[in-house]
Amino acid sequence: MSALLQVRGISKRFGGFVALDGINLDVQPGERLGLIGPNGSGKSTLVNCICGTLQNEVGTVHFDGQAMDGLAAHQRTHRGLSRSFQLPRPFASLSLADNLKIPMFYTVHKRSGTPLHADNIDARCAELLRLVGLAAKAHHRPRDLTQVEMRKLELARAMAAEPKLLIADEAMAGLSQSEISEILALLKRLNESGITIILIEHIMSAVMSFSQRLVVLVTGKKIADGKPEAVVRDPEVVRAYIGE
Amino acid sequence: MRTPLFALCALAVAALVFFALRLIGNEYYFVAGYTIVQYIVLATAWNILGGYTGYVNFGSAAFFAVGAYSSVALITFANSIDDLLPESVAPLAHSIFPLPLGVMVVIGGLVSGVVGYGMGYLTLRLRGAFFAIATLALAVVLQTLVVNWDFVGGSSGAYVIRPDSVPLVGSYVQYLFILMLLMAVVAVTIARTIEHSKLGYGFAAIRDDELAAEASGVPTLQLKLIATALSGALMGMAGAPFPYFIGFLQPQSAFGLEYAVNSIAMPMIGGTMSWVGPLIGAILLGTVQQVANVTISSAVNLLIVGLLLIGFVIVAPNGIVGLVQDWTRARRKP
Repeated sequence: MSALLQVRGISKRFGGFVALDGINLDVQPGERLGLIGPNGSGKSTLVNCICGTLQNEVGTVHFDGQAMDGLAAHQRTHRGLSRSFQLPRPFASLSLADNLKIPMFYTVHKRSGTPLHADNIDARCAELLRLVGLAAKAHHRPRDLTQVEMRKLELARAMAAEPKLLIADEAMAGLSQSEISEILALLKRLNESGITIILIEHIMSAVMSFSQRLVVLVTGKKIADGKPEAVVRDPEVVRAYIGE
Repeated sequence: MRTPLFALCALAVAALVFFALRLIGNEYYFVAGYTIVQYIVLATAWNILGGYTGYVNFGSAAFFAVGAYSSVALITFANSIDDLLPESVAPLAHSIFPLPLGVMVVIGGLVSGVVGYGMGYLTLRLRGAFFAIATLALAVVLQTLVVNWDFVGGSSGAYVIRPDSVPLVGSYVQYLFILMLLMAVVAVTIARTIEHSKLGYGFAAIRDDELAAEASGVPTLQLKLIATALSGALMGMAGAPFPYFIGFLQPQSAFGLEYAVNSIAMPMIGGTMSWVGPLIGAILLGTVQQVANVTISSAVNLLIVGLLLIGFVIVAPNGIVGLVQDWTRARRKP
């Protein structure tokens, strides 16, 4: 089976600082991948390079059999790559329901080629908001939300694009244990419906219970890739996190 | 309300305004009215880029002037066909020129739209203040070009002789007023249609967060180019009849500061989030300016704009429309 996402030798520099150094990564269709690493290890930069928010200077990204290099972020989204941002970036002047309409209008609509009916869009918005527990606030503005709700909105918006691969960038930071379980259950349900998921997270219990495979980045290099239980026992990973 | 119905209603209102002014019978009201309605077009056009997508354009006067000077170029060309063209082609050119004003409006709009598209292509990778500065620079560059272009009069300006009367309407000023009213109907209808369309959602996403818009699949550059081209085209259309209105066009008047300032101030005062805002702002501010013109002096205009703008930024940052929305929301909650 060929990989859904194929990252080959990606490097990214910011001036003299090497943020990513020759990263290789394969993600199989339907997989649940955890991506961890200390702060500043390049996780978000990797996501940005995969999604086109940043363009990598070296290396290639293939998604669903197509080369992504040089494509703008929106073109990658159209092809089925969707991500949430680490710091929520809602559309502040639009209601929650309208926030979700943007990916529906511009990605789902474009991909299917047939215009979505207004009723379908409204129904889908309501369904997504219900999934993340924001149904009651559908007509509120993002400024009325708490940080936690903002993260849920961020996730819902990424889901609204109906992706093949969803990258959740620290969707759970600051959430309570019960909320984490809620989001994890939601992500697992999504995964069961056929969506491949990359979860970037600091909360180890969440990553461990979610991931089928774990990848560790440290200072822009991939130092481990394998079964979660094996990876967390890897001496190099332990050294990176805890020190000598 | 569906777009055709809205356009019909807007046309009806425009007709009402025209006949009401005709009842009053004072020709000066058409002169003042023309200026106010022209600002409706300019403010609405500015708002398509500045209000909907959040890109502040300080170069409105340049787009207005591009429209005005395309007309001057066409008029000058029509007057000098015999000097410019060989004898064999001249009769053909004479049969086409001088062009009807309506055609010149379309041409002015097209030229200005192309300039807008070009400017967008060059500058839209800039954000915030940098984009604003680039638009200001564009205005300076274009003014320098016009000042040094002798064909359209250069720095000394160009006389445009307007016909005394027009069939059916009568006076030429009334004819210009009707034309501008029609343009205002077109501009407001376009703005309102965008607002309720997929395009409007895309613009709003760009205004709120461009990175998130891209990640949601919005082709931001493409949409911003649509906005600059459309906004520029509408401003150029508003400028195209201006040489006939003023009779003598100089670069200083076409590139006047008041166009740049008013087309920003009017949407700001009215409210930038909807088509109603620029309309209210232009009518309100335009009327105040016209009254001040007659009662105090024309020099006090920009002072009024400045003071009002400061007042609104402090009291009602979302403009009159925002103020009303807040008020109705507060009443609903008790």
